[in-house]
Amino acid sequence: MKLIFEKSVKGRGMQYLPKCDVEEVALPESLRRAEAPALPEISETDLSRHYTELVKRVHGVNSGFYPLGSCTMKYNPRIDEEMAALPGFTGVHPLAPLHATEGCTEVIETAKDLLTEITGMDDMTFQPAAGAHGEFTGVLLIKQYHDARGDKKRTKIIVPDSAHGTNPATAAMCGYTVVNIPSAPNGCVDLEALKAVLGDDTAGLMLTNPNTVGIFDENILEITRLVHEAGGLCYYDGANLNAVMGVVRPGDMGFDCIHLNLHKTFATPHGGGGPGSGAVGCKEHLSEFLPKSALMTGEEGIQVKSFAGNFLVVVKALTYILTLGKEGIPMAAKNAVLNANYLMRKIQGTFEPAFDRICMHEFVLDLSTFKKETGVSALDVAKTLIDNGMHPPTMYFPLIVHEALMLEPTETESRETLDWAAEVFRSLYELAHTDPDYMHASPHNAQIARPDEVKAARNPILKYQG
Amino acid sequence: MAGFIPSTREEQLEMLKAIGLTSFLDLYKDVPADMILKDGDLNLPSGMSEMEVSALMSRIAAKNKVYATCLRGAGAYDHYIPSIVKYIPAKEEFLTAYTPYQAEMSQGILQSIFEYQTDVCNLTGMDVSNASVYDGATAAAEAAAMCRDRNRRVTLVSACAHPDTINTIRTYSYGTNDEMIVIPEKDGKTDLEALKALLNASVASVYVQQPNFNGLFEDAEAIAALTHDAGALFILGVNPIALGIMKTPRDMGADIAVGEAQPLGMPLSYGGPYLGFMATTAKHMRKLPGRIVGQTEDANGERAFVLSLQAREQHIRREKASSNICSNQALCALTAGLYLSAMGPEGLKKAATQSMSKAHYLAKKLCELPGVEMVYPGEYFHEFVTTLPKQDEALLALEKAGILGGLPVEGGVLWCATEKVSRDALDKAVQIVKEVLIS
Repeated sequence: MKLIFEKSVKGRGMQYLPKCDVEEVALPESLRRAEAPALPEISETDLSRHYTELVKRVHGVNSGFYPLGSCTMKYNPRIDEEMAALPGFTGVHPLAPLHATEGCTEVIETAKDLLTEITGMDDMTFQPAAGAHGEFTGVLLIKQYHDARGDKKRTKIIVPDSAHGTNPATAAMCGYTVVNIPSAPNGCVDLEALKAVLGDDTAGLMLTNPNTVGIFDENILEITRLVHEAGGLCYYDGANLNAVMGVVRPGDMGFDCIHLNLHKTFATPHGGGGPGSGAVGCKEHLSEFLPKSALMTGEEGIQVKSFAGNFLVVVKALTYILTLGKEGIPMAAKNAVLNANYLMRKIQGTFEPAFDRICMHEFVLDLSTFKKETGVSALDVAKTLIDNGMHPPTMYFPLIVHEALMLEPTETESRETLDWAAEVFRSLYELAHTDPDYMHASPHNAQIARPDEVKAARNPILKYQG
Repeated sequence: MAGFIPSTREEQLEMLKAIGLTSFLDLYKDVPADMILKDGDLNLPSGMSEMEVSALMSRIAAKNKVYATCLRGAGAYDHYIPSIVKYIPAKEEFLTAYTPYQAEMSQGILQSIFEYQTDVCNLTGMDVSNASVYDGATAAAEAAAMCRDRNRRVTLVSACAHPDTINTIRTYSYGTNDEMIVIPEKDGKTDLEALKALLNASVASVYVQQPNFNGLFEDAEAIAALTHDAGALFILGVNPIALGIMKTPRDMGADIAVGEAQPLGMPLSYGGPYLGFMATTAKHMRKLPGRIVGQTEDANGERAFVLSLQAREQHIRREKASSNICSNQALCALTAGLYLSAMGPEGLKKAATQSMSKAHYLAKKLCELPGVEMVYPGEYFHEFVTTLPKQDEALLALEKAGILGGLPVEGGVLWCATEKVSRDALDKAVQIVKEVLIS
């Protein structure tokens, strides 16, 4: 389809503003633009149709199954959107006087109360805008804690090799040396490897639990105890909280701070890649280090973003939590785990899970043997899924499993959908044995055929060339 | 209700049975038993019907006061948002998709980002834009991080930048154990003499905001020249509405242009979600953080869009990545692109000119009142600082009339006007302040 710029006709356009009713003032010559920006000039009809054309080329959770592991692509209730669009929320200036923003304060305080209860934390900030931003904030809590104690020798953050790439990247942004530790054969933390790197230079440990292979680390209490014993703090990456919310609490596992992905676990939509909210919770001993807005509070502590964060996302999450309540929150987790196990077992016998045991809310298929047999890769399978109307799982992650496909069905999928998905996987397994070339060339019926990513990187075209 | 779970209780039991289990607890056998919450342990309210939740949230929203007229800016601007800009981003597919990892299924999102990147380049005069960062403050902080190398680690930040931006850059600098130094102000603008004194071989970049927090235009070109003479890079934070009429950051000598794109179609929303934009020259392209969408061809030779230059990013580079950013503000970027297409070059120019004109009208009328005068000399865009006798009383009187007055700042009040405020509303505001002052 055409780009919006290719639909532009000089002189076209809409008039949304009235005539200026005061004397017009012009910029001095030295500050003036040389020429008007080359923005599209387009009728509203064409504009509307352009985006309708675009939206037909998007697969959302509302379009179909989206088992993108680690991303918790659950159904996003419409009511959350409606509440976040209330003029009483959208029309509030962040610097309006306190007495004019009591509703916003109530949203934040209520969300904080409910989420600290769910996570077992004492305090929380909603300033971080996304998961990685929450990680940054959380590790800065750890850094400030050690600094405030004058404990300057703690320069290392321990990260398991199964971690999301954001974990080591975050530790580096916080000035730490990253110590990667290998996972045990069962995908969990190798206690001996952990003990070997712990010391008086340990600032903390970043851990996802359940971990990225979908397993709850049964040694979790021992892990957090060992880190604390060495004087470090424990950071909980909340990417996988959906498996355990309302069932077991990170605070009870011994973690000192945590980030949540409200756009994952609490169903505020992902928006094609944001906005999210990376709320950060902490125990009391870290509370004083939480970020604040300098302009809103007049304080100069740490701050990771302007104002109070992605407030409307918090409105959506609060609406969701209030809807589910104390019954619905654990039921969502339990059904997320049930759906994952059900799908894993239905697929098993063709594609094999990397770890043949009960999983949490997601599981990883290991296609390395399959690839040896058929020459068909995880990528080929993913691309053929697209032709079947299914969004592919997360590919080639975690790094500790080769030819990995990571599936997270979530609790909002029905048994029929899971049965259908398993059937699709089984049929692709057969297809790989009969017609691997077809799969190498997939997708065949998608918006585009496989794109040339190497060309995109070597010869970057990053804007319309006109 | 109860979690939007389709499966009935009966189906759940059948599914458990199908995998050889009898209860949900069997699924959690790896969790130490005494850690598992029991019924009643979780202190949350009971779930509610949609109707109840809707009523409750609406009651909470009603506790906020929404002003008919907004004369407050300071980083959050109340511009007119065309109706279509509110409707299109609410389409469910845009809302519920995620990062376009699978290009064959995500051309709509990828193209919307590509168009947004083009818009940002057109506005700023730069060669390359990323797909967005969280907001203007983080865009500035990420830009400062881009500029550091082994020898040059210090960031100089104008005291006249937004306080939240200064504090965010300071925080990111604290993260990497780097120094951020504030360049003092003089007459409401960056003090060039002070800047000269601070520049040396350890300075990686200089950050200045245009127009600045006081609404004033900085002498950006002079600052660029000083910065470049010292071998540092120049980061300019700009208001995207002003770019409808203002010289581009490229023409003002910036190496990196950043800013807060909330004015491009996003409501005030108590501070978020907003949108950070970042653009730079081809030279620094591979140092940009975040997602970047590129154009390529598919196997049939057709135009296609993909996430590109991923070798910079955390999922590939891990601790060596240019940033940890993953999720960004994609839907806000789509909104900004849509807003710019709806407004077009003429509409954006009009929004900019009218905002500036109305601010100047308001300033003139306010300064006719006893004891009210401009605090700083110099050219300004749509914000300005005045003295204001009986400040609290005047602002309260405005509030009672449904007008959010300017923001109390050091030395006076920071006022803002946009195209959305009519002359009548401005006259009314001035009249209310007048009545307070002469009473």
